[in-house]
Amino acid sequence: MLDFTTITTAIDQYLHSVMPAPAATLTECAIVAICAIAAYLVFAIVMIFMERKVCAAFQCRLGPTRVGFWGILQVFADVFKMLIKEIIEIKRSDHILYNLAPFLVVMSSLITFCCLPFAQGLQVLDFNIGVFFIMAASSFGILGILLAGWSSNNKFSMIGAMRSGGQMISYELSVGLSILTLVVLSGTMQISEIVEIQTQGWFIVRGHIPAIIAFIIYIIAGNAETNRAPFDLPEAESELTAGFHTEYSGMGFGLFYVAEFMNMFIIAGIASALFLGGWAPLYIPGLESFNNAMCWIPGIVWFLGKTFFVIWLLMWIRWTFPRMRIDQVLVLEWKYLVPIGLLNLLIMTICVVMGWTL
Amino acid sequence: MDLVLLFTMIIASIAFVGLVMILTRWISPRTYNRQKGETYECGIPTQGETWIHFKAGYYLFAILFLMFDIEAVFLFPWATIVQELGIKALVGVLFFLFFLILGLAYAWRKKALEWK
Repeated sequence: MLDFTTITTAIDQYLHSVMPAPAATLTECAIVAICAIAAYLVFAIVMIFMERKVCAAFQCRLGPTRVGFWGILQVFADVFKMLIKEIIEIKRSDHILYNLAPFLVVMSSLITFCCLPFAQGLQVLDFNIGVFFIMAASSFGILGILLAGWSSNNKFSMIGAMRSGGQMISYELSVGLSILTLVVLSGTMQISEIVEIQTQGWFIVRGHIPAIIAFIIYIIAGNAETNRAPFDLPEAESELTAGFHTEYSGMGFGLFYVAEFMNMFIIAGIASALFLGGWAPLYIPGLESFNNAMCWIPGIVWFLGKTFFVIWLLMWIRWTFPRMRIDQVLVLEWKYLVPIGLLNLLIMTICVVMGWTL
Repeated sequence: MDLVLLFTMIIASIAFVGLVMILTRWISPRTYNRQKGETYECGIPTQGETWIHFKAGYYLFAILFLMFDIEAVFLFPWATIVQELGIKALVGVLFFLFFLILGLAYAWRKKALEWK
């Protein structure tokens, strides 16, 4: 399988041979930053296009077809349209916080995006506390949403932000507990190591029953974390116009929109890295020739395939279920998902200690 | 190297959002209208104050969240070494989880989990 560390080491050596060490480090940082932001935008555009096409398919429509072949250029046209929209200054808003909010939201989702293992060695941030860092960085985004709602001085925004805050912090517990269950199984928090272990079998197979329960809890809680239907009450169109970003126009709104879609990609990416093996190919013990054949498919194809499968699952959930009320959302979290998550953690610990894993 | 990259990404995200905002302000049209800066609430003039004391129900859940989030901080290091410690770690965490679930049960009993 192609290891990207060979490519990065080659670039590193080349840069060090043509310029002094500090300049080389600076150039590398610039290259990494540009590549990460480019990938972020490309995936955002792919996701928005996919959302439209999948939504259309679920409603027996065709979706965008006119702009470009099969509507491919539609999203580019929309981005350009959003860029030339006027930015409206709200008279009574808190201007500093109002302009600060998009920065926080995009920063949190971009940093979390950098932690995803796209292929072997193709990962920007790989801390030894990786999973924990992802939780910390992603909870940063709630701050931006609360600021956006509070500073707009609009009742719709305010209610949307409060609902969003209450919902996101609640469901973060379930995300944390299901990730914790997987850390018990893997024995490490570093994402590259977690994926490396899974080349000998994916965790959802090795952890059997507790891992499958954790996966289901993670999908439900992840859906709520990204504020998507059936948990989309922070921006319920029929009651709150647009929720916390009612007062944002043009690209201010566009950045929230992109960050929201990328949060969904990140949730799916973490699910594929922790549960479905990330870039690790399908492994069946005993079938050597089959495993070798699977190794010929590049890791990035495996990762993106699994991620887009999970995204498709999230979109399916979104276009199937009606919206919930805030009391139902909180009861589902505190009376069902948290106790089940704690119990599941105990079951997983017993399985690991007794050696009942596959 | 990881910390340098983290710092780079923080700066890059700030620069990205800043550039986009500057670009859109530069190329977008700008017209003045007395009504434009008003708060958008269904088109009629806004009534009353927005920055008020908000519903206490959210606050209650925030406190509960704090309790469980601290628990996650303690459980993560434990989770990484549970395989090496074996049965000892299982017994140890049973006590910890017992008190935690006691707290949840207390909140449940006191009807703190109902939405009022």
